[in-house]
Amino acid sequence: MNKKDRWAFVGMGLLIAVFPGVALNVKCISHYVDVMVFAGIFSLVSLGLCMLMGYAGQVSMAQAAFFGIGAYSSGILTSRLGWNPWMAMPAGAGVAALVAWIIGVPALRLKGHYLAMATLGFGVIVHIILGEEVKWTGGPSGMVDIPGLQIAGWKLTSEVAWYYMIWSVVFMALLFCLHVIYSRVGRGLRAIHEEEMAAESMGVPTACYKVQIFVFSAILSAIAGSFYTHYVTCLNPGSFNLMWSIRFVLMVMVGGTQSLWGAILGAVLLTFAGNEWLQIFSDFEILVYGAMLLCAALFLPGGLASLVPKVIGVFRNSLTHLCKR
Amino acid sequence: MGTDFLQYTITGLTVGVIYAMVAIGYNIIYNVTEIINFAQGEFVMLGGLFAAFFVGTLHLPVFLAFFAAVIATGCVGFAMERFVIRRARNAGVLSLIIITIAVSILLKGSAMLGYGKDPHCLPAFSTRGPIMIAGAVLQPQVLWIFGVSALVVIALSFFFHRSFYGKAMLACADNPIAARMVGIPVRQMVLLAFILSASIGAAAGVIITPISLMDYDRGAMLGLKGFGAAVLGGLGNFYGALLAGCVLGLAESYCAGYLSSGYKDAVALIFLLLALFFKPEGLFGSEAATLKKF
Repeated sequence: MNKKDRWAFVGMGLLIAVFPGVALNVKCISHYVDVMVFAGIFSLVSLGLCMLMGYAGQVSMAQAAFFGIGAYSSGILTSRLGWNPWMAMPAGAGVAALVAWIIGVPALRLKGHYLAMATLGFGVIVHIILGEEVKWTGGPSGMVDIPGLQIAGWKLTSEVAWYYMIWSVVFMALLFCLHVIYSRVGRGLRAIHEEEMAAESMGVPTACYKVQIFVFSAILSAIAGSFYTHYVTCLNPGSFNLMWSIRFVLMVMVGGTQSLWGAILGAVLLTFAGNEWLQIFSDFEILVYGAMLLCAALFLPGGLASLVPKVIGVFRNSLTHLCKR
Repeated sequence: MGTDFLQYTITGLTVGVIYAMVAIGYNIIYNVTEIINFAQGEFVMLGGLFAAFFVGTLHLPVFLAFFAAVIATGCVGFAMERFVIRRARNAGVLSLIIITIAVSILLKGSAMLGYGKDPHCLPAFSTRGPIMIAGAVLQPQVLWIFGVSALVVIALSFFFHRSFYGKAMLACADNPIAARMVGIPVRQMVLLAFILSASIGAAAGVIITPISLMDYDRGAMLGLKGFGAAVLGGLGNFYGALLAGCVLGLAESYCAGYLSSGYKDAVALIFLLLALFFKPEGLFGSEAATLKKF
């Protein structure tokens, strides 16, 4: 972690810590705490995807499938088999990791378009399975009555409690990711992104790193899925379809593929967009998403995070200008 | 038993030919640009919906509607290349994937905006009743589907191997820099590829709509299965795509008939994954083509 990241980390921590205090006292935005819980859950997914897209340079259209695997593992294990949710969560993550490994080893030999199509196909297969295995998943009508979470006998019922819990998990994940990208592994990953052949000839175990980061992103998605299940306490396959995979990619694209901070920013912005601001479009929000994705890819390939240094630069220039006068 | 089998075979070949047409659309764009156009399935959907609009609202005769829909979708392909892909010509693979996916979402959303969520139907091309073969029902429309797609495949092979423009397009596929050096306008060839591929997708959409109806949501699945056919047949290979499309269609139809209808959509996708993982050069792809792509 460098100095900038440390300051950003502290700054974001403070913002996140005071947010419920502000939001709950202003009537018209008091439900934003609830939205922020979802934003936290989706941030976990987008952090993993950002590592995969921005640092390893591989695209995955199957994040919603891993999210779904985590969610349904938790749902089935707790409500059908009576497991403790905290046991079901690592179990779900384990299942997702295993599936990601099985898919990842052959898929990551593929590049670019092929990998995108392979993960796309895999995501659709998982979605079909979730809809068809009625005995376990409840089929298209989904599952209800999934228990919530308990910490040391204390039930997490209020939104504020959930908010602080989920964002502390996000911060832990972020800390971990930041350490990874400034480590040997992270440098190797960036080398793969730049030029895979060159990276390999310099002794970076490219195949191994790509699979590892794919599995890591799947685990983060599955954990996010578990939290999602226990927060909403009901599930249906509609939350894990192709559109959601595209949304996760959009979160990373909007925030900036090369920045973990951007991934969180993108997740928060798009969650607010999806849950709040785009509600007036109802079904046609899909058009807005398409337009956003297109604009992000065409005009802002670095995402919003790439604007931050520019804005700071302009600010600094005008400041020095003012001081000189 | 025998009758069922025959019926499933007819159904399988019908959808298989449609997948093959989608696959051919992928192949044309891939051949010229090495882009996989994720919006290919949406062209099929647009073709069907345009035709339904021309027949249902403007009361055009169905053959005129066929050509009108093909031309209209060709215009969409033109706009996609001219206003989106051309802007992104220096973008990396990741951006191009995202861009074509974005276009596919936009097309899907616009179709929903324009046509609503209900499926649209189209009258069959000929009004004659179904033909019975050994107890199995053969809709005359199925014959139209076979006929149109055979015509498309034959016309395309003539185009690519006999005509000036076709040869120029193949040259772009082989080596864009060398093609430019001998004076082939590569950008125009790319534009042509998008128009051609959109039109063929649209033709597939129009001929399948009388049998299976069409709604705004069908594009993604058709696109994925068509891509399965394209990979299985070896990317860039038209006859391979045709054969692979039929294989996928038959597998899907037998699965629906004998195993489980819920999983029929998964069959083609599992084939796609197996092909990508174990034989990415496809059943009929050449070694040289593989080297180019990986």
